[in-house]
Amino acid sequence: MRLLDSIRFRIAVLFQRSQMNAEMEEELRSHIQLRADDLERSGVPRAEAERRARMEFGPGLRLREECQDAAGGTFVESLSQDLRFTLRMLRKSPGFTCVAVITLALAIGANAVVFAALNAVVLRPLDVPRAESLYSIHRVNDNGASLSYPNYIDFRDRNRSFEDLAAYDILTAGLDTGRNPSRVWLLAVTGNYFDALGIQPHIGRFFHSSDERGQNSAPYIVLSHAFWRSRFQEDPGVVGRVVQVNKHPFTIIGVAPPGFRGTILFLNPDFFLPLVNAAQIDSSKVLTGRSKRFLFMTMGHLKHGVSPEQAAADLNSISAHLEKTYPGDFQHITMTLARPSLYGDFLGRPAKAFLTALMLLSGLILLAACANLGNLFAARAADRSREVALRLALGAGRIRILRQLFTEAILISIAGGALGFWGSAMLFGWVRAWQPFPQFPIFLPLHADANVVGVALFLTLASGLLFGAVPVAQVLRTDPYEIVKSGSRSTLGRGVARDFLVVAQIAICAVLVTSSLVAVRGLLRSMYGDFGFEPKNALLVGTVLDMAGYRGDAVPAMQKRMIEAMETIPGVSAVGAVDWPALANGDFSASLVFTDDTTDLRPRNAVATVATLKIAPDYFSAAGTALLAGRGFTWHDSKEAPRVAVITQEFARRVLGSATSAVGRHFKTREGERIEVVGLAEDGKFQNLTEDLRPAMFVPLLQWPSGETWLVVRSKRDPQQLSAAIKDKLRGLDSGLPSFIQTYDEAMNLPLFPSRVATVSLGVLGMMGAMLSMTGIFGLAAYSVSRRLRELGIRIALGAQQREVLRAALGRAVKLLAWGSAAGLLLGLLATRVLAFIVYQATPRDPLVLAGVVLAMSLLGLIATWIPAQRALSIDPLILLRDE
Amino acid sequence: MGDQAQLLPGTLDLLILRAVSLGPLHGYGILLRIGQISGNALLIEQGALYPGLFRLVRQGLLKATWGTSENNRRAKFYELTAAGRKRLREETDNWNRLATAIGLALGAQPEES
Repeated sequence: MRLLDSIRFRIAVLFQRSQMNAEMEEELRSHIQLRADDLERSGVPRAEAERRARMEFGPGLRLREECQDAAGGTFVESLSQDLRFTLRMLRKSPGFTCVAVITLALAIGANAVVFAALNAVVLRPLDVPRAESLYSIHRVNDNGASLSYPNYIDFRDRNRSFEDLAAYDILTAGLDTGRNPSRVWLLAVTGNYFDALGIQPHIGRFFHSSDERGQNSAPYIVLSHAFWRSRFQEDPGVVGRVVQVNKHPFTIIGVAPPGFRGTILFLNPDFFLPLVNAAQIDSSKVLTGRSKRFLFMTMGHLKHGVSPEQAAADLNSISAHLEKTYPGDFQHITMTLARPSLYGDFLGRPAKAFLTALMLLSGLILLAACANLGNLFAARAADRSREVALRLALGAGRIRILRQLFTEAILISIAGGALGFWGSAMLFGWVRAWQPFPQFPIFLPLHADANVVGVALFLTLASGLLFGAVPVAQVLRTDPYEIVKSGSRSTLGRGVARDFLVVAQIAICAVLVTSSLVAVRGLLRSMYGDFGFEPKNALLVGTVLDMAGYRGDAVPAMQKRMIEAMETIPGVSAVGAVDWPALANGDFSASLVFTDDTTDLRPRNAVATVATLKIAPDYFSAAGTALLAGRGFTWHDSKEAPRVAVITQEFARRVLGSATSAVGRHFKTREGERIEVVGLAEDGKFQNLTEDLRPAMFVPLLQWPSGETWLVVRSKRDPQQLSAAIKDKLRGLDSGLPSFIQTYDEAMNLPLFPSRVATVSLGVLGMMGAMLSMTGIFGLAAYSVSRRLRELGIRIALGAQQREVLRAALGRAVKLLAWGSAAGLLLGLLATRVLAFIVYQATPRDPLVLAGVVLAMSLLGLIATWIPAQRALSIDPLILLRDE
Repeated sequence: MGDQAQLLPGTLDLLILRAVSLGPLHGYGILLRIGQISGNALLIEQGALYPGLFRLVRQGLLKATWGTSENNRRAKFYELTAAGRKRLREETDNWNRLATAIGLALGAQPEES
């Protein structure tokens, strides 16, 4: 209670300062008046009485100061005194100041960056009105969200939980605005999309449900603000213009507001068009057919008062109803609600896990930095013990001295925090402008918003208080008489606590070094790993024949012509084609397969969902996938020929029971077709590097037509020359065909992206950890040498050998380093279990990593103790002893 | 005025508390009251009173309110809080014990052998 009162009082004093002074003046004046009244009553004339009263009262200035002191009004004054003193002290030791500020800047900057990422990806909702009630629908079993259009309509019209349900799909298309046709990303959205989200157009208008009057009835597009700016230079006259999308005319009717970047994080669509017209862009996006689950995501605002659980129950009852009504076409799935921005838990969970782990690590960095600085501060306080003792002896309160120490700590932490925050804000700018994948408009929305600023400020002040608190006990213990009397520098600060700080700090740093080494090793492995194909010396040529207007039989004919044209390029050893290249663009088709003796082909009877790659004959040699048994395809495996497939080993194990006798056996598809296994291929990775082994099959493009065509061109020639030659050939076949050429390695940037980001961030944190442990050890070693110069000098004078001198000078530092590293290594190995979620094959039980950590830490120790060791060895006892 | 005693350090607060314990007073009134109850034996410099008053207010032992003096001047009146009353009791006991002990010590006669 008293404490609270006193705090309130002090705050009141701070703010009502002038009022208080006025009151004090009035009170003193009234005192003099009262005294004068008394004197007047005893017969003194009024003027004389007042003069005498003032005289008796004494000089005012000193009294007023004392009164202010007594009333507790000196906070501001003594603060500014402390500040001035601190600035003077810091200017006197620029080295210390620089090291401290930079250490903190790095640590706080790292925290700000990681938190900004966490904020952008996990904490911040989409930039739409009432984002807190916006949910998307996901399947529980695989976190997927796709629905077919008829099922979407049923969910939309039958549910009682959502205000409205909108859906969209992500497409790429060729856009022709009169010059320079280019590949663009767009969202095909249901007519109610903008209305369901509550978005208003920037200019022009949006399309609505009322515009949907059947297939291809709404040839409109709405531009995103960014695309409007980059492609049309914010020309307001663009509304009403007709542009060609995949050679179909569409009218631009409006522009979305600047903040609205679609409803999935990372991907910024160039424009939006109505789903009813999606089939013009991609012929597979048909609105009929309950089993064609192509809608990427479905979402809407929950009605007021409806909980996500209630809504999920509602959806599940609709799902059960649909299964009963359409037994052959609808597979019952349990639904759940999630946030749309990260595609529910599919991206959300690993992203959250990784960012949380990273936040933890950068928190550790900050802790290590604080331990480091705490040590420096304790050493500094010990060096200043004489000054402190003198001030104590002269009557300064210990509180006042501590306050000055804290002022110093907070000042340094604020400088460091400001510098770190500035640096991280610069980094945000770069990251926002960063385009790691040429074919994919990624956007990492890092901003220094109020949350980030708040966290940075909090960490700054907290760390200042933390490391400022280290020397407190030391100051409180200081005995002024002892120190002033003995004249020696105190022997304070050799306590267990400081040793513990050093060990803790080194342990933390060793954890960081261990995790970054594990991550780097995992990345190296992922780059030279076994993918089930060989990305080296292979080029991917992406063409979407749909975009160029090919339909029906024209598609396979064109595919064959393209392959034959590629084969004529000198230096090309093999050319294949595939609808979706593995590990490049992620989204290949999946099919349900059944054993040969299954007659009831309902989804629940399927043995497996298998990745399905539709390929042209020479694909296996072009991609470098090994055929283990049987044959590949030829151009004779056409629509008229019996249905065939090449399956992976995992497929054989799962569906047929064993890999050995797979060739020649049959399985069934959803449509009831019997397919003969003609070949057995090696297993591989398809969607991402960390996926579990999954069954896959290869089927002939001729039997499973697809407009998506990625040519795989294998050649040892220089990719640049080769792509020029490829472009020439393609232009010769069809000058209006948009194409996109990259090496297979480049194409794999996307699936490798998470592990690369993980590796880079862990690498940076590891480096920072290494630096911190180095400065920590260096500080300790340098300090212990400088403190013991005299003792070492005497040892040398008495004939100590170099080895003995070094042991005396640095033994403790090295011992602490060893303890810390061992503890850190152990913890780091435990921590890598977490890393295994993200980083490819992150295994802690890797002798190379263990050896690497030991080597790195010893190297750091060596570097950090080098200069202090030199100093210890170069001691000249004569000069030293003469000085004293 | 020659027989006025010097104030021992730390006793001013006690005197102020005591003076105010008899009823709310303004600063000048406190001075007069101290003179009165000590039989004019204790001299307090007029200005020196105020730092003590402010300190006691800050410690929550005194409470101050503006009012009007008997001769119609605006003045700040001080009165004891509950904490102030408690402190006064403790300090008085302390003082009495100390005074008795010192009195005893000073009054003791050397033992005659």
